[in-house]
Amino acid sequence: MEIAATKDKIVSGAPQSALSVKAFRDPVPMEKTTSPTIEHKLRLTISNLNFYYGAKQAVFALSLKIPTNRVTALIGPSGCGKSTFLRTLNRMNETIRNTRVEGEVLLDGQDIHSLDVVGLRRRVGMVFQRPNPFPKSIYDNVAYGLRINGYKGRLDDLVEHSLRRAALWDEVKDYLKKSAFALSGGQQQRLCIARALAVDPEVLLLDEPCSALDPVTTAKIEELMFQLKDSCTMAIVTHNMQQAARASDFTAFMLDGHLIEHSETSKLFTTPTDPRTEAYITGRFG
Amino acid sequence: MERHFDHDLEELKQRLLWMGSLAERAAHQAVHAVLDAEEHLAEVVLSEEDAINEMQIEIDERVQRLLATQQPMAADLRFLLAVSRINGDLERIGDQAVNIAQSATRILRHPQVKPYVDLPRMSELAEAMVRDSLNALVRGDQELAQSVLRRDDQVDRLRDQLFRELLAYMMEDSAQVFNAFELILVAKNLERIGDHATNIAEDVIYFVAGRDVRHPALDRR
Repeated sequence: MEIAATKDKIVSGAPQSALSVKAFRDPVPMEKTTSPTIEHKLRLTISNLNFYYGAKQAVFALSLKIPTNRVTALIGPSGCGKSTFLRTLNRMNETIRNTRVEGEVLLDGQDIHSLDVVGLRRRVGMVFQRPNPFPKSIYDNVAYGLRINGYKGRLDDLVEHSLRRAALWDEVKDYLKKSAFALSGGQQQRLCIARALAVDPEVLLLDEPCSALDPVTTAKIEELMFQLKDSCTMAIVTHNMQQAARASDFTAFMLDGHLIEHSETSKLFTTPTDPRTEAYITGRFG
Repeated sequence: MERHFDHDLEELKQRLLWMGSLAERAAHQAVHAVLDAEEHLAEVVLSEEDAINEMQIEIDERVQRLLATQQPMAADLRFLLAVSRINGDLERIGDQAVNIAQSATRILRHPQVKPYVDLPRMSELAEAMVRDSLNALVRGDQELAQSVLRRDDQVDRLRDQLFRELLAYMMEDSAQVFNAFELILVAKNLERIGDHATNIAEDVIYFVAGRDVRHPALDRR
């Protein structure tokens, strides 16, 4: 695995982010009409990112700004590189052999490639498509990250707090010592979210977190995302356009490894500017 | 990729245009009941009001079904929102036609106040605005929709002119008050038809370009 992400490798004159200052006005309609232009605080700033699986390039010169305490959705047809891109944000792709990344990913102004990877993944948590609890008890799943990070406080309190944040506490509080595999798919997914939240990440990456869940559980996860916005920045990959429209503040549309359009979700789903975005979200291809 | 949804949208458009032709015809017949002293035209308008109302409900139901089942985005969503609003405007045009037809039956019981000069011009202008706003929808023609917006002032000016003129008739001869007043109501209804055509044109611009041109004085940043 070769990491090539130093500033001097960034191509000068790289394409500007598709995101204008206008796109960072507060998405709350009332503020939109009453407040002056507000440049949102950025949690992640991605500049000119290229990603390769061997000789095959999967992401092309992608620049994107992810604002703090907002949900950014990544949409696009299968194989367009959105999950690959998401995994570059906490260097998860480094676990795949023969891959290479170029470009810059700044987390609160620091290049993530200069950070310790364990520390980075504590700050940038991830939830996957299929729930992947450890073969341990519900309690130990949540406590796992805390223990390996050497947490010295009251573990019980933090486990409860994390399960409450993941809207799971009421359902499991009497069964904490039971195996995580005894939970339903939706509960397992929320347990994985609780596990990710236990180490108090600044960013949560969600890779199609609801694709295996029923509508009721999906609604719970979306509500949870809404609640978590107070304390967490989220980026979600989804194939479900309605979910992106409901749950995100900003949406980025990717096609063949390129970022095509990025704007406020309400704008992108009503008046997209690029005909490829229009064709995709109206179901004319993809 | 051909979508079944496209057929549903096309069918909806055809039904809306059919309703538009009913509303346009009602307005034309109602005004000509007055201009040509043809009371039976007024009766036709009154008898066909239900058809327009039924179309409004049918189109609303189609829009609701498509919104619920297709969860449309982008141009599809804008089209359905525009159709829903245009549907309301067409039904109101039908109501204005009914008002004019009712005035016509009263006007025709009395001698004519004056030769009709501005009323036919107003009627032609308002009807053309309705026709062009619907043509703009069919063709997705923003320019034509803009031209409808520009014509609204002409209708308003004719209404003001007619008001002043009829007021003078009323002041000169109190026997003319009843009919002159009814003619003022007809002019007011025609002016409202022009306003509805303007609303339709604004909805067409929203559908075609995604721009909300209603209330331009508001700063929509």
